[in-house]
Amino acid sequence: MMEIGLNHYLVLSTILFSIGLVGVIRRKNLLMLFFATEILLNSVNISFAAISHFYGDLTGQMFAFFVIAIAASEVAVGLGLLIVWHKRHGNIDLEQMSTMRG
Amino acid sequence: MELYLYIALFSPLVGSLFAALFAASPKSLIAGVVPSLLLFTSFVASTILLVNILSGGDIVHVEMMTWIATGNLYIPFGFVVDQVSITMMMVVTVVSTVVHVYSIGYMDHDKSFNRFFAWLSAFVFSMMILVMSDNFAGLFIGWEGVGLCSWGLIGFWYHKESATWAANEAFIMNRIADLGMLIGIFLVYWNTGTLQYDEAFAVMPALNSEILTWMGIFLFVGAMGKSAQFPLHTWLADAMEGPTPVSALIHAATMVTAGVYLVVRANPLYDLIPHVGLFIASLGAFVALFAASMALVNRDMKRIIAYSTLSQLGYMFVAAGLGAYWVALFHLMAHAFFKALLFLGAGNVMHAMHDELDPFKMGGLKKPLKWTFIMMTLASVALAGIYPFAGFFSKDLILEVSLIEHHYIIYSVLLFTAGLTAFYSFRLVALIFHGEERYKLFGIDPHEAYKFVLIAMSPLLILAIIAGSFKMTYFEMVTAVLPATQYHVHSVVTYWIMTIGTQLFVLLAIAFAYKKYANNRITVPNGTSKMENRLCYKILSNQYYIPYVYEEYISKPYRELSEVFWKHVDMKVVDASVDGIANIIYSTGEKTRTMQSGNLSTMLKWMVAGTVALLSLAVVFGLAVRYSDEIKLIFSGLGVQ
Amino acid sequence: MFEAIAFYLFAFLTISMFYITVTTSQALYALAALAAGMIFISAFFFILGADFLGAIQIVVYSGAVMALYAFGMMFFDTTRDIKEKQGNRAIVFGLSTIAATLVVVIFAAPMVSNNITALYPIIEGAGNTQQVGMVLFTKYLVPFEVAAVMLLVAMIAGIVLAGKKMDLSLTLMSDDEVMKLKNEQNKKVLL
Repeated sequence: MMEIGLNHYLVLSTILFSIGLVGVIRRKNLLMLFFATEILLNSVNISFAAISHFYGDLTGQMFAFFVIAIAASEVAVGLGLLIVWHKRHGNIDLEQMSTMRG
Repeated sequence: MELYLYIALFSPLVGSLFAALFAASPKSLIAGVVPSLLLFTSFVASTILLVNILSGGDIVHVEMMTWIATGNLYIPFGFVVDQVSITMMMVVTVVSTVVHVYSIGYMDHDKSFNRFFAWLSAFVFSMMILVMSDNFAGLFIGWEGVGLCSWGLIGFWYHKESATWAANEAFIMNRIADLGMLIGIFLVYWNTGTLQYDEAFAVMPALNSEILTWMGIFLFVGAMGKSAQFPLHTWLADAMEGPTPVSALIHAATMVTAGVYLVVRANPLYDLIPHVGLFIASLGAFVALFAASMALVNRDMKRIIAYSTLSQLGYMFVAAGLGAYWVALFHLMAHAFFKALLFLGAGNVMHAMHDELDPFKMGGLKKPLKWTFIMMTLASVALAGIYPFAGFFSKDLILEVSLIEHHYIIYSVLLFTAGLTAFYSFRLVALIFHGEERYKLFGIDPHEAYKFVLIAMSPLLILAIIAGSFKMTYFEMVTAVLPATQYHVHSVVTYWIMTIGTQLFVLLAIAFAYKKYANNRITVPNGTSKMENRLCYKILSNQYYIPYVYEEYISKPYRELSEVFWKHVDMKVVDASVDGIANIIYSTGEKTRTMQSGNLSTMLKWMVAGTVALLSLAVVFGLAVRYSDEIKLIFSGLGVQ
Repeated sequence: MFEAIAFYLFAFLTISMFYITVTTSQALYALAALAAGMIFISAFFFILGADFLGAIQIVVYSGAVMALYAFGMMFFDTTRDIKEKQGNRAIVFGLSTIAATLVVVIFAAPMVSNNITALYPIIEGAGNTQQVGMVLFTKYLVPFEVAAVMLLVAMIAGIVLAGKKMDLSLTLMSDDEVMKLKNEQNKKVLL
């Protein structure tokens, strides 16, 4: 219990990932959806770092690093699109985005 | 020599394809002339091959390409020109060349002129494959090919209900027989491991005689279908719905003799099973008599000749069944010439009479159709077997064979049939060419066929007259591969008594036919005369009621059975299950279309569900790989390999 | 001992922060909770000895990303309550849990069967940042450069998308006016 092993981190990662997924599924506001995806990415980052630590391999950290880079670019582009959408429609509600309806 | 072989084989194909190019366009003479020329080329190539073989050259055996090679099965497209196949090739190319040229005149006014030549040449090509193949598989391809072309040519005037019916009948009857043949071929393969003639026949003597018997029987079933032997004979008479050149080529000279060719080709097999051979001979004798009796009273010119063909095929099977293969082949050859001539002559008469087929409505045509009269009379003389025409040599030989082999019943049947043959042949000639000019009652003004048509027929006439003189040359050639049994009646006296007796009997029959039918009192029968009301006449003119029996007891029950299957099995089981599957898919789509609401958050939810599904699969496969040894153990415990 | 205490403390904090993020109906609360959660996560990186990653986490997430969100939110009406979707909660939570568990199982599987070896072992005696630098600029040089270009592209895209027509409010214009604007500069992208 007191000895913190890899499993502890993986469980934590799992819990965070679940929270993120709940957010993705439940949220209607696009901005909140973005937050939820950030949570997903971060939970995975924890796993990567933990595995890297417990197996003495730097690859995990490298991946976490690139994940952060991707998250940053995603935010930049995503927010830009969000702003354009908001300007055009006055809301960022997922329910309103139904132009893909067949 | 290989080059000549390929020329002989593929010229008809080229001709067929050439004519097929114009098949849908209106008549063009070139579509008839080119295939005829190509066939003549094929004939020339065959002649060169014949000369090569006659002058002691080697048998030409080529393997064009590999056709099927899987596992132990190896079937090449191999062709062989030996003494047997060259005989068939000569018959096929001679008759078909004549028929092609004849058809240019005969089909002159037909709007499907080009299509006719495409089919006709395709037939010749298939026939060449059939006779030249060096294995059973190639034979079967040719066998089916001639069946298909025969279907296309019998049903050539497809707008006629009766023609399409006859075409389908011929095709279906042949399929039934071909099933037997196919089983025979399978048996050969299973038991010998090869389909090449020489290899298969080399293994056969070592096999169990029961297996050989079944092989012989099943192969003969195929031959029965193609050669229209009882009980599969009804299609041949109905096949006369096709154009007359087709009847001459396919239903007299070549295709129907394929059955005889098969038995001759498989002679090492039939030599091992003489009891099957005896059955073949007995059936042949029966068919000879049976068909000749139907020809006696028939009132359709072409059907009479068709029954005559049937009867002559019976003769050939007698010879083949008794082991006199070369005699069978010789009669096949001689018969091809005079029978094709007879048919072509009948075609001329039909043309002159505007497609009238009842000889009772003709009479006295010898004046307007002088040349046709001569040709048909000579062909009939040859058919009847009068010395020195071709029929005498070949048919008398068969009689001698049956006598020497001590099958006296067969001999007497055949002798009697020879008399019948002479009678019905000359009944036909007398009705058509002699007596009062009854055709005038129907307002027809007959004209002789084109000059070139008559010239085209002349080679057949010559061959019908002189073919018998080739007997010894032919015997020496063909016995290189066939059993060389000389059939000589031991005592000279018996021989002369037999020969002269037969000749007298036949001449008597001819005289009787002339006396009865060549006078001026013949009228068109209207069903009131005493003879027509006799029971035996009725039986004969209704072909022993066999078509009726087939219709009532096979076709109709089959139709009813099909209807039951259609209503209960097809509609309720097959269709229902197919529809059910379609409905399930349709309703699944109908229900799941709500998924595609266009709402992004719903899509996200489904995306997560999909991810879960894929991840579970990944885990399952990962576990399966991890524990593959244990899983294999469990499966082997369950008895699964 | 300290490690355990720190782990449980930060774990609790992170989970509660993220929980607030996904459940709150106030956008500002969510933003603040997310930022806090990011910083707490960096604590794990420090515990795991990945100092460089921890620093990056704070700088990029708490600094750049959060600031971006904060500025982005200025465009939106954040005072409104965020409406939640109505749906079957069991499905939502069930799906999420299963998915998360499966992901972890897949990650953990190779380790359980002990068939991985360290490709780039941690070098003794060198600081974490130094090690990261050594690997990043040798083996991962190309991905690193690509990531850099990607970030540049993302930056330009963000500027172009958000920065155009800052002085106009397309929401307050009528459709006709928007169409006119669109036709005037139909060569420009995205309206």
